Order: sequence, then structure tokens, then C-alpha cells
Amino acid sequence: MDKAVQVSMSVNSEAVNRTVEPRQSLADFIRNELELTGTHVGCEHGVCGACTVRLDGQIVRGCLTLAVQADGCTVETIEGLTESGEIADLQNAFVTRNAAQCGFCTPGMLLTAAELLAADPGASREEIRKHISGNYCRCTGYQAVVDAIESTARNRLGEAS
Amino acid sequence: MSGLTIHDRPNSYIGRSVSRPNIRRLVEGKGRFTDDMSLPRMLFAAFLRSPYAHAEIVTIDTSAAEAAPGVVRVVTGKEMADVCSPWIGVLSHLEGLKSQPQYALPIEKATWQGEAVVAVVAETRAQAEDAVELVEVEWNELPVVADMEMALDEATHVIHSDLGDNLAWQREFATDGIDAVFEAADQVVEETFHFGRHTGVTLEARSILSDYDSSEEQLTVYLATQTPHMMQTLFAKHMGLEDHRVRVISGDVGGAFGIKVHSYADEYATVALSIMLKRPVKFIADRLESFTNDIHARDHRITARMAVSQDGEIQAIDYDDVTGVGPYSVYPRTSGIEANQVVNMTGAQYACPNYRARTNVVFQNKTPMCQYRAVGHPILTALTEGLVDKAADAIGMDPVDIRRKNLLPDDSYPRKSPTGMLFEQLSHQESLEKIVQMMDYEMLRKEQGKLRDQGVYRGIGIATFIEVTNPSAMFYGIGGAPISAQDGATIRLDAKGNIIVQTGVTEQGQGTEAVIAQVAATALGVTMDKIKVLTGDTDITPCGGGTWASRAAGVGGEAAAQAGHALRQRILEVAAIMLQADAGTLDIQENVIVDVADGRERISLAEVGRVAYYRPDTLPKDFQSELMVTRHYVPKDYPFAFTNGVQASYLEVDPATGIVTLLNHWVVEDCGTVINPQLVDEQIRGGVVQGIGGALYEECLYSPEGQLLNGNMADYLVPMAGEMPDIQVAHVESRTADSELGAKGAGEAGTAGAPGVIMNAINDALKPLNARVTRQPFTPERILQALKTV
Repeated sequence: MDKAVQVSMSVNSEAVNRTVEPRQSLADFIRNELELTGTHVGCEHGVCGACTVRLDGQIVRGCLTLAVQADGCTVETIEGLTESGEIADLQNAFVTRNAAQCGFCTPGMLLTAAELLAADPGASREEIRKHISGNYCRCTGYQAVVDAIESTARNRLGEAS
Repeated sequence: MSGLTIHDRPNSYIGRSVSRPNIRRLVEGKGRFTDDMSLPRMLFAAFLRSPYAHAEIVTIDTSAAEAAPGVVRVVTGKEMADVCSPWIGVLSHLEGLKSQPQYALPIEKATWQGEAVVAVVAETRAQAEDAVELVEVEWNELPVVADMEMALDEATHVIHSDLGDNLAWQREFATDGIDAVFEAADQVVEETFHFGRHTGVTLEARSILSDYDSSEEQLTVYLATQTPHMMQTLFAKHMGLEDHRVRVISGDVGGAFGIKVHSYADEYATVALSIMLKRPVKFIADRLESFTNDIHARDHRITARMAVSQDGEIQAIDYDDVTGVGPYSVYPRTSGIEANQVVNMTGAQYACPNYRARTNVVFQNKTPMCQYRAVGHPILTALTEGLVDKAADAIGMDPVDIRRKNLLPDDSYPRKSPTGMLFEQLSHQESLEKIVQMMDYEMLRKEQGKLRDQGVYRGIGIATFIEVTNPSAMFYGIGGAPISAQDGATIRLDAKGNIIVQTGVTEQGQGTEAVIAQVAATALGVTMDKIKVLTGDTDITPCGGGTWASRAAGVGGEAAAQAGHALRQRILEVAAIMLQADAGTLDIQENVIVDVADGRERISLAEVGRVAYYRPDTLPKDFQSELMVTRHYVPKDYPFAFTNGVQASYLEVDPATGIVTLLNHWVVEDCGTVINPQLVDEQIRGGVVQGIGGALYEECLYSPEGQLLNGNMADYLVPMAGEMPDIQVAHVESRTADSELGAKGAGEAGTAGAPGVIMNAINDALKPLNARVTRQPFTPERILQALKTV
């Protein structure tokens, strides 16, 4: 295989230095090298959204991003967002509304939803549905997920006003 | 005195939407899925898979792969057969069902595209996959049986020559004199329905990590499965081990829907590899492997007719079905069950005594087919309800009125269907009236008419259904399958007053652990936070069937209820001694022993635990506390707890594009006792959307050569959030008297009814345009073809 490459990045606010194969995906790197197993791999071709993570503040598909591309970047995963408390309200809403069944899509769904909540807490139901339409969920039928995101958005708006 | 039944308990959790105790870890990214597990010295398996749908394996050269970096072992079918014995997917109660012995890796030929043929084990997954590329196989292509309609033709190649033909199974059922009924009928409507082959697309692919410790002859298999005990027995049987030397552990499972209730060749192979190498071996299917190896479902062509009188009496139903199930009947549940369900239950919600069904289950060179969520119900419901709508149209009757007239009366139970299905208590009429009210049927009809005048084509669909849940051994056990119909719960009090419940039913996100905890907490009189539920481990839980056929709440829940009652009684016996009282005057409420008479708090549960475990010297010499009990349950009076429901859809079809927009969807469903309304509603919603997937989007497309053309998530479409409607759910509760809890299943009702109701709504929308669709999925292309615009 191609020669291993040295990478350095910040993952969930911790400095990480590793040697990786150039072909290793960021999702595999996060799961296998860093043992952060909250990021899931569903399709490995960028469709299902289960591997969604934040790279320099933007959500990306961990399976379509190579670990070497994250060199020098800031990476945030579900574990980091949980630890920081940034999406605690959204996570609580998911629990209360049962917006996760098997939970495999959930970390990716939460990261995707967090992006919308940060950008537009006034998003309509339809806009919420559109925004999460890159994240597969085979269990819930989506309604509970939309409800949980919507109620979090309304609460945030209420607190802001 | 401590409550007559679980429904009379104080502070009951039955009927309350409490949160699932295990959901928090899932939303924090701390789920424990099989691929999250790592073991010391773990190796990874990858498989060379057949590029052909049907081809003889002439030679295999593994030398280059064996020399590749990190490779530990390359194994072909012959070597594999020394460790893992073959199986045949037949059951004796499906009389005449035949299949060919299937090996973990085939020895002579591959019979579908994607079948695993050679296994490579290496230190990393990437190395294993790299080395698979280096395995050289010389193939001799054989004629492919792709089209199920031609599988039985004289000229068609026979896949397994030992079997003589491509017919796996045939069943016919007919009541007397049915031809005369059709001849005398006022109207006979006919229709041909096609049900596309689709699959479950669990977001977590099938996953297995197998570890063999030769020092103790102990096999431990971490497996994403719905049914650990069945897999324990099967792995033991085919690896030549005793059952107690095999432990199957199922942690969090990332979606199952029936996909993970079967046994798979590549999973047996992974287990065998770990035995050969005496090291842990992991195999995680990739998405293409999932599409070509996870069981497929549906794929029926049904030609049907219905006789109806001019005043709307449904008089007879007759159909002919062919279904292609791939090259083997799947082990151990077989691939005959779906067709069998369709025979058993088509039209069974109607008081129609004349019935004939014929089904041919045929072999073909495609991915094996087997049971997937709602097994047969989406087919039989669409078939029945499609005919009912067509019959109503033929005699000029409203679709709701024809159902009112023919649905089984709610006061007519218990009763038997023409095929002998025994119905304890159903609520078709009440459910129909409820949904008519919920959706405001009259208003919708008016709106529809008004919009039609403006060139907007909206459709209203109704589909009633019947569903089989809580199966007894009549489903599988009587046919010889090692599948437990009974289930157990072991429940104990710890020294601090907490409760640990071990249950044989399993969790794949339905909320099983919550439901079991609710039932146990209620039976005992403790709060939910005191309860811990353990599932999915054959070394820990009582022997049970797991979670499938909508059985977890109804069967596992009843075992938990009975275990909870028994433990409460034993706790009260200890408390009675401590308090010098009569146990009958005591009860447990919110973790405290109280006087039944006035609710006065006496001592805490923790105090009972402390004395029982740490100070038994203070209890009488002739008394031994037993604060751990096990109870089992299996339905006895009825072989199945049938449930019923009705769905309605309101949608719009754009005749220019053929695109269907779902506007609203309603469900009224009767699963008996609703233990957790939120969880039941979410099962219904998720099920409906899975059914909509089959109706509108999902289809495994094959070339004439048996090549799967869309084995990836970009080309195989599933419902996404943007296209799905909100779904309104309501319930009627007809409890089963077979258990104290009275719960029937709810997990499949959504999927059972959705395809039929979507079809009826689309056809209602297309009616003024003189077009009809009956081939699922109803893609824009098919709708445009029906409109003759393409």
C-alpha cells in the first residue's frame, strides 16, 4: 500500500497525532484509530449520513473524507458534542420524543440537525424535513425526529427572545 | 391483597409513555453495536463473491492471496465443509417444501450473484479485502433462471438437478363450489398485481464477531441478531458443538426488520473461521454485500378475481400466485412462509365464505428471499383491498360503504376464517368508523371533487387489514425449527432494593427493554429507575425466541408480568416475617412495603433486601428467602393473537410527472393492551414508512442475467424525511384473554397496510384519467405508463 502519512488534528478538543494510510477514510480513522465508535458507517458511499461529523465547523460525510484531508483541521464527533453540552437540549428532545429507535443513524442525524438549529432555529417543519433528507432513518419514519428538532428549535427561539 | 391483575396495580406504568431506559446511550453515541467491539488478536474476514448469478466453480487459485500482506488464511468451500456442516431450509409443516443442501461456502457452484465463495482472513479488514482481489477463480457460466414466471417452464434450466425441477413448494386451498359462485355472480372483477422484490436496508449492516477458545471449547459470537437462542443452537449444530458451549451475545442492533432473524452463509463461515484459527474473527458486510445477501422479500405476481353482488356483498375471492425465492429456501424459517401467509389470510377480514388460493414458490438465481417485516401481509392486504376497491367501483358503491357492509362484525367473535385461522376478538367495524371520523372522509371527498374540477388529481385510499402476532409453536416449532415460541423472564431483588430483569426477548430499537421494565415495575410496585433489563445474551437470559412476528411485548411482556407477580409475593413473605404481619395485608408501592388497608408505609424494599441477603440470621430457621424467580409464557388458547387495523391515505398525483405527493396518512390499529402509547405509535409510524418504501420507491432491479443493477443506496431508493407525511395514529384496544397483560403485537401493522392503501389512493386519484397501477413500486415511470404518456 501507499506510504503511511503523518497527520495532526484536533479531535473533540484533543490534539491527535497518528500515522495513517492515505486511503483510510476519516470515519474509519475516527472509529478504528481513535476508538470513537459513536460515528457509524452505514453505506461507505456518502448517501446514508450515519458517518456525519464536523470538520472545521462544517458537517461532512466521514466516509467520503479521507483522514489525511483532516490534517491540521478541527474534527468534532458525537462524543465531543455530548461532552461539551452543545446539543444537550436536542439530545433530551430525542429522548423525550423517542426520536431514535435502533440509534444507528442517530449520531449523524443529531449532527445534521445541530447545523440547522445553529443556522436557523426558526426553520419550519418542511425545512427541517428537507434539511435532514440526507440522513437515512429506517426505523422512525422521521416524524419523531422532526418533532424533536422542531421542539428544540422553538425552545431555543423562546430562550433567545 | 396485592391487586387482582396487572391492570389493577396502583401506580401502574401500563399505558404510560415513559422514556426508554436504553435510549440515552444511543443519543450520546455510546451505543454498543457489534462493529464497536474489538477483541485481542482479532482478525478480519472478507469474501470473494460470485460475479455470476449461476456458475460452476472450476478451479480456485489462492496462492497469490495467501502471500499478500497480513493474510492469515484463505479458505474455500471444501475446507469450510470440514468444520461447518450444510443445512436444508425445509420445515415439515410446509408439506412438500424442498430445497438443496446449502454450504457456508459452496463447493461446486455459485447460485446467485454475490454468494460468498472464498474466505480470506487477514490482520486488517483492508488487507483481507485487498487479498480477495488476488484470489483467482475459473468459472464456467451456467444458464441463469432469473424470471420467476419462467422458472417452471419445460425449457428452463433446473438449478438443482437433484430436486428435479425449480418448484420449491406449492399450496392450494379451495372451499367447495367456488366456480359456481363466480358463474352466478352479478359482477366479477379481475386484476393482476405485481409486488416488487425489495429488502430491509438495515442501516447497520449484518455484523458478526466470533471468538473460539479451544481451552474451554467455548464459542462466543457477538452477532447483530433478533434471535440469539436460535443462532446459538444453529451454530452449535453446524459446528459440531454442544449448545452450552456456544454463547451468542447481541448488543445494540442497528435495525433488523426481519433481516436479522435468519441465518446467513457468510456468518456461519465467519464462525467456522474463528474455530479453525482459534482467534476472534470479525465480519461486517459492506453495503453491496448487504444488498446481494441480506434476504429479499415480496416479489409476487398475483392474478386475482373477486365476485360481488350488485348490492355490495363480497361473495368469493380467487387468486393465483407465483413467487421467486432465490436458489435456496432460507434456513431455518424457510422461504415458504410468506406465500403461506398470503394463502392463510387473504380476504380474512371479510365475511366472505368462498375462497380459493394457489401459490407456486419457485427457485431462481437471485438473492434468497425470506421473511421481512409484516411477512405476506403487505401482499395480501393490497391484493384484498385492491379487489375490494375495484368491486366497489364496478357496482358504483363507495369504498367505505362496501367495507362497512362486508367487514366481520365486531360482535361475531370468536370465529374462524375459511382457511381455519382462529380470531379471538377483532374490531374492524369500530376501527373503520374511527378512521372515517379522524380523516373527515366526507370533507375530503368534497375537497377531492372540487380540486378535480381544477385539474388537481388527489386520491383517497382505505385499506383494512388483519395481522398475525404472538405466534405459538404453530409457526415454526411444529415444523421442526429450533425456534422458541415460549419466552422467559428471570427477575430478582438485589440487596439495595433494585430489580434486575433478564428477558429472552430482544431489542432492536422497538422499545422492548422499556416495555419489559414497565411491566415488571408495575407487577412489583417499584419505580422505573429501580429496574435494569438485560437482554440479548444466551448465557444470561432465559431461553426465548427473541423479537420477531410482533411477539416481544405480548409474549415476553407476559413472562415479565408473571415473574414480577411471583417476586412480589416472595418479597412480601420476607417483609411479613420482618413486620410480624400477614403477607396478604401487605403490598409494594413505589419501592416501599405498605399496608394494603390504608397505604401506610412500613419498610423499604432496600431494607427487605438487606435483611434477606446480609442478615438472614434474623429470619426464622425454617425460612429461606428466594428473591429470584423465573416465569415463562407461551400463548395457549389461540395459536396466534390476530390483530386488526385500517389505514387511510390522502395523496396527490401529478399527471405530468407521475410523481406522488403524500399529503396525509391515518392509522387506526388494535394491538390489545397498549403498554407504552408512544412506543406503539412510533412502531406504527416507522412501519407505515417502510411500507410506503415498498409502495413507491424500493425495488431490487435485476438484469436478465441475474445481475443486481441497483445494489447501492444511491440507486436503491428508500423513503427520506422530505417525502414522508406526518402520520396520525389512533387505537382500539381489544385485549387478548390468552394472557393477563392482554397485549398483542404492533410492530408490523404499519407495514402490513401501507402498500395497499397507497395503491388504492393512487388509483382513486387516477380514476378520472382512466388509468390504474398495480405493479409496485408505483414509480413516476409506471404511473406515466398507466397514463399512456410514455
